[in-house]
This record gives sequence, C-alpha cells and structure tokens, in this order.
Amino acid sequence: MNFFRRAACAAALTLSVVAAAPGAESEKTFAPAIVFDMGGRFDKSFNEGANQGAERFRADTGVNFRWFEITNEAQREQFLRRLAARNAKVIVAVGFSMAPSVEKVAREYPDVRFTLIDGVVDLPNVQSVEFAEHEGSYLVGVLAALASKTGTVGFVGGMDIPLIRRFVCGYEQGVKATKPDAKVISNMAGSTPTAWADPTRGSELAKSQMDRGADVIFAAAGQTGLGVLQAAADAGKQGIGVDSNQNHLFPGHVLTSMIKRVDVAAYNAFKGVMDGTWKPGHQRLGLTEEGVGWALDENNRSLITPEMLAAVTKAADEIKAGTRHVVNYSDKDSCVY
Amino acid sequence: MMDSYFWLLSLLDSMLRLATPLLLAALAGFFSERAGVVDIGLEGKMLMAAFAAAATAAATGSAGLGLLAAIGASLLLALLHGFACITHRGNQVVSGVALNITAMGLTAVLGNAWFEMGGRTPNLPATARFGELTLPLAETLRGIPVLGSFYSEVVSGHNILVYLALALVPLTAWVAYRTRFGLRLRAVGENPAAVDTAGISVPALRYQAVLIAGLLCGLAGAYLSTAQGAGFQTNMTAGKGYLALAALILGKWKPVPTLLACLLFAAADALQTRLQGVVMPGLGEVPVQLIEALPYLLTVLLLAGFMGKAIPPKASGRPYVKER
Repeated sequence: MNFFRRAACAAALTLSVVAAAPGAESEKTFAPAIVFDMGGRFDKSFNEGANQGAERFRADTGVNFRWFEITNEAQREQFLRRLAARNAKVIVAVGFSMAPSVEKVAREYPDVRFTLIDGVVDLPNVQSVEFAEHEGSYLVGVLAALASKTGTVGFVGGMDIPLIRRFVCGYEQGVKATKPDAKVISNMAGSTPTAWADPTRGSELAKSQMDRGADVIFAAAGQTGLGVLQAAADAGKQGIGVDSNQNHLFPGHVLTSMIKRVDVAAYNAFKGVMDGTWKPGHQRLGLTEEGVGWALDENNRSLITPEMLAAVTKAADEIKAGTRHVVNYSDKDSCVY
Repeated sequence: MMDSYFWLLSLLDSMLRLATPLLLAALAGFFSERAGVVDIGLEGKMLMAAFAAAATAAATGSAGLGLLAAIGASLLLALLHGFACITHRGNQVVSGVALNITAMGLTAVLGNAWFEMGGRTPNLPATARFGELTLPLAETLRGIPVLGSFYSEVVSGHNILVYLALALVPLTAWVAYRTRFGLRLRAVGENPAAVDTAGISVPALRYQAVLIAGLLCGLAGAYLSTAQGAGFQTNMTAGKGYLALAALILGKWKPVPTLLACLLFAAADALQTRLQGVVMPGLGEVPVQLIEALPYLLTVLLLAGFMGKAIPPKASGRPYVKER
C-alpha cells in the first residue's frame, strides 16, 4: 500500500496530475471507478456525459466512485492497472483510445469488469458499448440543412479517426437528403489526441468555414468544439453541439446538440455490476435504443421551426422503422451512399 | 478570380490572428536575448499569463484587469528568471525550462482548485474579452474592389492586441537601434565587460531587458485566453513559445525579419486549416498529416539551409562575472 501511495505521489508530482481517489477504501465495499479520456472530466461534452452518469449513480445509491483524468498517452494503462490492482469491481474506460490499454489490463485482471465506451474489445470481462453516431448525426444534418440560409453548412471534427468520420458521414447524408444541392465543408482539427483539446484551432477552423459561406457548423471535437461554437456565436451564426446537450452554452446560437447517451452507458455499467445484471459483450445504442438523439430545450426552441420539427421527426421515425437507411462509415470504411 | 481573392484575404486575416502571440513572444525573446539572457521560458510565461488573464477576467468580468493580472504574473516569473540567472548566475536554459514546467503544473493545479473544471476556466462572456474593432471607414470602403475589401477584411476587424503587437515591431526597432538604452542593451549582450568598464551596471540593464520580456509575454498570454480564445485550457500555449524562439532565430535576432518569420509560421498554420480535403492537381487529396506537419517542416528546412547562418548575440547564455 505504501508503495502505491508513494508511486501515486510521484506520478502526481511529475505529471502534474490532479487525481483524486475520494472515499475511504476497504476490500469489501463496492468500488466502481471511471477513467476519463483527454479533454477531461468537465469538457462539456463526451467525458462530461460519462461523468454525469457516474454522478447520478452516486446520487441514487450513495456509493462513491473513483476517477482519473488522462493527461498523456502513457497514463491510460497506468491508471487502469492501478485501479484494477486496487480492487475496483468495475472500471468504465471512456473513449476509443482506451481500447488497447483495456485489452491489456483486462487480460491481467480477469476478475475485474471493464466497460469500454466507444470501442470494442472481445474479452469475457469486457463490455463494449458503441453508439450509432451516424443516425444522430443524420438528424442534426436534416436540421442544419433547413436552418442554413446560405446553403452551405460546416463540420469540424476532432481527431481524424473512423469514429469521427461516422459523424461527418451521417451528417452529410442528412444534409443532402434534405437539400440535395447544399454544400458541406468538413475539417478535422488534427490527427493526434491533442486535437480534442484545442479550442483556438476549433475557432480558426470555424472562421475559415464561415468565410467560405457556412452558417451552421456541427462540431464533434470535444473541447475543441467549444471554440467552434464560440466562433459561430461571435459571428452571429449557429453551431451544433455534440455528445452532451450543449444548447445552453450560447443560447440562441446553438441550433441543437447531437446527444450521445454516454451517461446512460456509464450509469448502467455501475448499476449493472451492483445489481449483478452486468453482461460482457458488444452493445450498440442507436436511435431505437435512445442511445443517440438531438436536443430540444428552452434554449433552442425558438430556433426550431415547426417545419424543421416535422422533418426531423419524420426522419427519426423512418430510421427507427428501418424504412430509411443511414450508411455507417465504419461498415465499409468509406462514405458512399 | 474573385473567389480566390477572397480565399487569400481570409487566409491573410487568419494569418494576422495566429501571428500575434508568436510576434509578442518573439519580441520578448528579442529584448531578453539581445541583452545576453537566453529565454527558453517564453512558453511558461505566456502560459502563466494566459491563466492569470482568464482567471481574473472570469472573476471580475473585465478584460483590462485580466490583462494587468497577466502582465503581473508574467513579470513575476521574469523576475524569478532574472534572480536565478543574473543575480545568482545560474544556467539560463535550466532556469527557463524550470519556469516552463512550473507554469504548466501550477496553472493546472490552480485551475482545478479554483474552478473545478479539469484545469479550464469558465467560458468568458464577450464583455470580459478583447472584442474585434472595426476601423474607421471599413464599411464605406468595402465596395472598392481589391484595396477596399483588403482593408475591410484583413486590416480591420481585429482586437486591440493585434494592432498593438504590430505597432511594437517598429517601436522595438527604434528602441533597440536609435536610443541610448537600446545601444547599451545590445552592448550588454555582445560585450558586457565593455559596458561595465563604461560604468554602467550590467545586472541593472539585464534586469530591465528581462522585465520587458515579461511584459510582452504577459500581452501574448492575455491575447491567447481573452482575445483569441475565450478562457484558459491546460497547456493552451501548445509550443507557441518555442515557435516564437524559432522565429527569433530565423529572424536573426532582428525585429523586422522576426516579424516576417512569425508571419510565415502563421501563414503555414492558417494554410493548414484551409488545405484540408483540397484536391491538388496530380496529387489527389493532400493527407491531413502532411499538412499538419507543414509549419514544422518549413522551420526545419528554412533553419537547415535557406537562411544562412544565424549568429546569436555573443554573450548570450553566459552570466556576467566581474573580474576581480
């Protein structure tokens, strides 16, 4: 134990990580844990969604959870292993980049259960939760096309990975299905994980898209997306948020948010292990399972016209019924529709 | 034709926005290094200043107070650097690196402790940031082809710090080459013994230079978090201090060439966001990775061969020891 404490101190000092392990620990108490990805627990987006789920679990059950925030690549495995070694019953790993580390650590600790969000690892003690981002993105694409006055809409992605291509591909299909002659400008913020945490680049990308005529911009880029929404709001244009409901960030300038219920995934993982209903394997949460969707609240109600509401509801119903098919980029690694 | 002209204007506009923090930091480096004090700590001072500006602006709602706090924080670090390198004749590179590490850790810790948002500060409202200024006649002249749109798109519509940074280039050149202080400053970087013989205090001059560098880094930091951005994020300088040093070297420790080097780096960065997904004739779509590496490739290529030899001030990096 002493060794761990010393190792933890050293790691915290050298890496300037502020990591808290709240609550007294004993071998017998139920100890869930969560590891957030780059961007941090309060990124107002993806990680924050997972945090909300964990916080809700704490509020409902009174059981405290431990958490870590990744600030560099090497920490993924390190933190997962430390939590597993400290007898965490279930560890939620947030983000696709965790997959290789989860695979490695899950093999070493077969008794610890892992829930991986946004990635797939096939092991008997790993639950992989993925979302049908293309379906949610399709819906906000429909809204973007109808809200745009210039006929040009933008997309800013974070890191250039298949997951984000899934967003842009669904978005494009939604836009084109609504207005076949509309133009979609898309950019990625980078090809390294820092692309999730660079709002300045986000706002530069948004400005360059607005210079080219875009007046609605969908940001799927973690913290980088905040810069996009900021730039759009500053210019009097509209942004579209992602993962969590971001409508409240710039009321009147966020058309809607593509919601990914990361909170539900995190909550279910904790609760499932507590109740003994947790199952390993692969889950895909789409529109039908209400794993994805679009946000409507008092902040954007005035931006959504009845016509838009009708169009997006119709699209959602058809996707759920299976009569409208949205191509998933990941199926063929290309966006042909 | 008009389309590509507007594309160019938008590129230049973005270039000015991106060049500003580099330019301010590079000028800071100019003063410090011309006085013989190597400043690797530009990055750390900017980061600390960016944090101080955002935290103060978030607490008080005033961008002006944020700027003052930024300058204050940066000056403190500069003083520390001076104390280590000038008073105690420590190694200047080590002290600079120490500043960078300190700033990186301290901003993250304080940010987490005060705002509990993972090291970020809250998003700043428009009133707590430096807004964009529309220069006189910008709207009237917009209609004039070529020059009018250049004026309204590129020259007008930046925040005050952008104009300040640009104005600082001739001011720096004037101070360094046309004033007594400038002459002494340059002399102390080349041959401190001669300055000492003339009866002028070497430490006093070097402290002044280091403090000017602190002031300028304060401006650069405030620009990042309260003008260009709207809040602080962990490690938001992301290597801009080092890029500024590279610009200073590329500009051979002279103000105007340094400005050009900063503009070049900024243009490469601006180009990077615009070249994505563009299909080049004969090459197909340019890979994102290649475009991302563009500013760095450019630096390496230019520094490696095209610019000729860059000779630093003779006494830079060496603490002055009076012979007894």
